[in-house]
Amino acid sequence: MATADSTPGEDTQVMKGTSAVAKGVAAIDPDVISAYPITPQTGVVEKLSEIVADGDIDSEFIKVDSEFNAASTCIGASAAGARAFSATSSQGLKLMSEPLFTAAGHRLPIVMAVANRSLSGPLSIWADHTDCFAERDGGMMQFHAEDVQEAIDHVLLSFKVAEQVNLPALSNFDGFILTHVQEPANIPTEAEVSEFLPPRDPAYTLDPSDPATMGAYARPEHWTEARYEVQAALEDARDVWTDAVEEFDDVFGRDYTEYDGMIDTYRADDAETVIVALGSICGTIRGVIDEMRADGELVGLVRPRVHRPFPAEQLRDALSGAHQVAVLTKENSQGFESALASEIKSALYHAEHQPPMKTYILGMAGRDVTSEDIKAIVADAETATDVMDFSESESWPQLREDIISGGI
Amino acid sequence: MSSELQEQDYTDEIDHEGELWNAGHRACAGCGPANAMKYITEAAGENTIIAQPTGCMEVVSTPYPESAWGVSYIHNIFENAASVASGIEAAYQAFDRRDPDHLDVADEDDLNIIAVGGDGATADIGFRALSGMMERGHDVTYIMYDNEAYMNTGVQRSSQTPYGAETTTSPHGEASVGNDTNKKDMASIAAAHGVDYVATASISNPHDFKQKIETALERDGPKFLHVYAPCPVGWGYDSSKTVELARLAVETGLFPVFEMEGGEITNIRKVSDRKPIEEFVKYQKRFSHLVGEDGDEEGLAELQAWIDGRAEDLGIDA
Repeated sequence: MATADSTPGEDTQVMKGTSAVAKGVAAIDPDVISAYPITPQTGVVEKLSEIVADGDIDSEFIKVDSEFNAASTCIGASAAGARAFSATSSQGLKLMSEPLFTAAGHRLPIVMAVANRSLSGPLSIWADHTDCFAERDGGMMQFHAEDVQEAIDHVLLSFKVAEQVNLPALSNFDGFILTHVQEPANIPTEAEVSEFLPPRDPAYTLDPSDPATMGAYARPEHWTEARYEVQAALEDARDVWTDAVEEFDDVFGRDYTEYDGMIDTYRADDAETVIVALGSICGTIRGVIDEMRADGELVGLVRPRVHRPFPAEQLRDALSGAHQVAVLTKENSQGFESALASEIKSALYHAEHQPPMKTYILGMAGRDVTSEDIKAIVADAETATDVMDFSESESWPQLREDIISGGI
Repeated sequence: MSSELQEQDYTDEIDHEGELWNAGHRACAGCGPANAMKYITEAAGENTIIAQPTGCMEVVSTPYPESAWGVSYIHNIFENAASVASGIEAAYQAFDRRDPDHLDVADEDDLNIIAVGGDGATADIGFRALSGMMERGHDVTYIMYDNEAYMNTGVQRSSQTPYGAETTTSPHGEASVGNDTNKKDMASIAAAHGVDYVATASISNPHDFKQKIETALERDGPKFLHVYAPCPVGWGYDSSKTVELARLAVETGLFPVFEMEGGEITNIRKVSDRKPIEEFVKYQKRFSHLVGEDGDEEGLAELQAWIDGRAEDLGIDA
């Protein structure tokens, strides 16, 4: 637990999540910012507009016509050698999807804050992880913040790692739950940022004095290798991230180094039932764990901080003593199961210890997840066994059966 | 190819012809757009960054690990060249303020940022990116090379395909004349965005085209050029006829050549004894159903009527 002890003090301000992230970005002072408004991200682009309008930073702010062109202008800027930032959410992230996949293939370290939100349809503006999971396979790094402080810090870490491995990064933080919450947060100073994040030094840019061709097309004899190199860079990102969180602790005094910085745990060491979840829901889960622990129940939390590259080894380690695992997730790969659950199962396939696992899809599109929901899930997870029918292993516990028609 | 190019020391003394757009590209014999690339690089010179969408000119010029480009070049996707160029321009604006030594060219003003895309990538799928680039006022010269269809994917209609032309998605048949729309007027659309300098040109007149490129590059803000560039494969004509057809498009009035400044036409190529459109279409397979004994006379007349109306509006007849 990295930041739950944050209290307002000299170095902290209580502010809205979007404003806090924008101020963190302003401290980084990117060369180019390009973003389009979308709920619930809008506060980030608005605050950055304000900061630029006040002359507090002199970044080029491109007032684009769409998220598609926010991503595309960032690609041009990043290719020219600039440090480029964008922010989006939901449909906007989908609209960016085509250029974003190429940003990974072009090896451009664009960093984006993603205020996570469900995707249409039906239309919903509320939080879940449908949007970022839909971008999972393109070669972008993905990080998930639990609170506002982490949302700021993950943007800083994203730039640090992205520019070393030459890959874009999505710095995820839950829509409304984190974007619109008022929390105390520490905004990095310019001095801290300059110590942590040196100027970008790309190997290749669009420099007329040293012409290069970028974005060439690859025939079958080369394409596979290009994508393999993205995969290899994501593997490299593990160590780079681990070093970055250690350096981050030295500079900023916030410790994200547990499990190489890849996963965060809470009272998990001796836990019999381990909950795995991403993002802001973990705040509620921590409270439930404290209550259940008071009743003698050995419950703990494992929270992937990094989603891509996937922290398979760290999860194997953290789940090696679990009697059963409950995956709580705000997404689903339609037609099969939760993508996160699939990934965790896959990570454990060759492991010595494969704890029985149940998956709970909940909190979709902003539906509130209460402590009682979580307690009920923990009780249910204790019924998990090594062999289960699929219908037993996964459930949608908040499903309102009274309003569904069922079938075709 | 590219590594050798990068080792060359380009100086002002070098004649850029044949060096910045190289003979090693894989364009078809008689390719009109390939001529356009040659003229663009000759006019712009070495201090140039090209952003190009997916399309014929990208595919023939950048088969990894080779490159025909002797200038800085980036291709990203089909519909975003104008936005990629916008981002490059914004980056250099930032560098100019923060790190004036970043750019290793003699003078910041010498930097030419050019986006060059085909008609489909520009007038259709990339239209929003282009509109945004022009509206925001980026210092980018956008050049649309017009071969009147999607050639890279096998000749499908675009919004620049002329009336009556047969493509694989606008076939001629009992119930179809072929393409049933006229060419979208991109020059006026650009001018309506407040783009100060807009021009059209044909690859049949390289001197005129290169002069217009130079004029565009000298000015600040967004510029839009529309260059006519025939495609022997897509149109179905002998590859030796490219320049002749590019000229006939002008001489028939199908493709008026002019300059617009401040939204007004300031210079137009007058056409004396404007030729009937039949003189242009008769050489091309895509129009073969419009001519001859069993030709679709009504279809040809419709195309002629549109040309006549536009010629009158623009006042191109000498």
